[in-house]
Amino acid sequence: MTPTVVLEVASPGAYASVQDAGRRGHRRIGVPWAGVLDPRLMRLANALVGNAEAAPVIECFDGGQQLVARGGALRLAVTGDAVLEVERGGERQVLDAWRSLTLADGDALRLRRLHSGRIAVVALQGLDLPQVLGSASTYARAALGGVDGRALYAGAQLHLPEAGRRAERMLPAPPGAPSGPIRVVAGPQADHFAAATLAAFCAADYRVTAEADRMGVRLEGPTLPHLGRSEIVSDATVPGSIQVPGKGQPIVLLADAQTAGGYPKIGTVIGADLPRVAAARPGQVLRFAWVSAAEGEALARAAEAETRALLAAIRPLLGHGVDEAALYGGNLVSGVVDALAGEHRPPPDPPARRMPV
Amino acid sequence: MRCSGTPEKLSGSEAMTPRLLDAGDAAFTIEFGERIDPALLAAVNALDAAIAQQQAAGRLPGLIETMPTFRSLTVFFDPLVTDRVALIDALRPLMAADVAAEPARGRQWQLPACYEGEAGADLAEVARRIGAGVDEVIALHSVAELRVYMLGFLPGFPFMGDLPPRLRLPRRSEPRVRVPAGSVAIADALTAIYPWASPGGWHLLARCPVPLFDARRAAPSLLAPGDRVRFQPVTMAECARLDAALKGGEIDPSCWLSDLAAAGAAAQDTP
Repeated sequence: MTPTVVLEVASPGAYASVQDAGRRGHRRIGVPWAGVLDPRLMRLANALVGNAEAAPVIECFDGGQQLVARGGALRLAVTGDAVLEVERGGERQVLDAWRSLTLADGDALRLRRLHSGRIAVVALQGLDLPQVLGSASTYARAALGGVDGRALYAGAQLHLPEAGRRAERMLPAPPGAPSGPIRVVAGPQADHFAAATLAAFCAADYRVTAEADRMGVRLEGPTLPHLGRSEIVSDATVPGSIQVPGKGQPIVLLADAQTAGGYPKIGTVIGADLPRVAAARPGQVLRFAWVSAAEGEALARAAEAETRALLAAIRPLLGHGVDEAALYGGNLVSGVVDALAGEHRPPPDPPARRMPV
Repeated sequence: MRCSGTPEKLSGSEAMTPRLLDAGDAAFTIEFGERIDPALLAAVNALDAAIAQQQAAGRLPGLIETMPTFRSLTVFFDPLVTDRVALIDALRPLMAADVAAEPARGRQWQLPACYEGEAGADLAEVARRIGAGVDEVIALHSVAELRVYMLGFLPGFPFMGDLPPRLRLPRRSEPRVRVPAGSVAIADALTAIYPWASPGGWHLLARCPVPLFDARRAAPSLLAPGDRVRFQPVTMAECARLDAALKGGEIDPSCWLSDLAAAGAAAQDTP
């Protein structure tokens, strides 16, 4: 049997959960897809460690996560605009994301913060978790998937195969923060709003409120009045649906959202732009722009082409180039890690606590 | 433009001419009407079954899944494999199919419900608002045979109706932040059981101890669209006993199937 090591979650930070490409085929019994909010980050992170693109990953919100290797070396990769710090035996090393790295027994990785956005993804080489209804994604409300059906918690453990010797990989030119408005297809209930309201929605600033999580993002801006009743007979929602409840302030639904709802939906954020809504920080301002469904489809294909180009650009970190000097000062290049592994010993066990008798 | 204030008149033939509504770049909704109406549900179910048949035959590439509701079917697709126009062209012949006036009848359930204490948090208020006694509200709710129209909102959450006209109230003006799991609740013509703790705006009448969703079961959702449900009032003590027995695996939820209907459902397994 392959020796296994453990990745221990020393801290889940603001919020972290195991996600993969999501759970398909069960919306009809009320089960949302769940899955990563930004599939591109998952695919790139998995590719960096040599996993299948849709293997389960740790989706991290807002930084603060701390992950520790126990019992041997393990390889992981981080994507997203994160500042990383690896701690080994009291020495700390700051690293950029968009690369794989190997943690030796006892090493700790911290996602200190995000330069921009809210989401970073950690892929773990060889992570294999049981699937529930076809996916390992955590859907906490119904205790499905992930680790014990819930968000990661301090002390949670993931079992991994021990990392072998291999050059680390990196993405030379990570995607920049996209700008421009969030593209939206009108409907399915756009006709519950006046033409002037539809125009106003795409002419005004909408601010992300503090109520923003994996279910959805509540926005604050000019009121969107309904022409008639503010409730409909419930119909299906989709990831990206923009619900407008009675008070006229829109809510963008995300991966964990309810599968049906009774509020009119003025429009739907296209799949290519939905990760940007999910990654928008409370207080950030979003602008929207109408596109047709056909334009949305074309944008989906363009986004896929960009993702494939990024995947194709991944290359090994070899030799003693500039990249290495910039990224690996200290002893964190994988070959060196292996060489040093013997020198680093886990701290001795704490003195056994005496149980009162 | 549609006006929600206009009374709708949907004859059978109108209901069969659905509207196509955009739902982004990877889904669209085929809407048969805007009301809760068994005839609309029958049309939704017929199209859904026809699509399932095509998919089983390996057709409709790129179609991920469908979501049937009271009055519409939403089709989810992968825009990298197919597109809206191609998929609608392929689905159009299926929309024209003949539809039974009544949706298929599923299994019949008699589910225990405790209308006492905290479980019936809104009973007194509902009774006051409709000008009835609490016993009368319980009788109105538990005597009705309810149809499962659809599942959604939460895993295993059944939208059931229709409630007797007297029991119909709009949602609470202030939704609860946390409705406990198992809550039996009403809003307008509908009643539901919350399988999971969740925020909710419906009026809480009772608690049902039967788990509605279990991912380990072959069919994770206990109820299916078309099933009929009647609530059987039980005491708080009986509810607690059932709770414990269900958690201990001593009772299988299928014991609340009525025998007669179970036989009928088996006969209706094929479309």
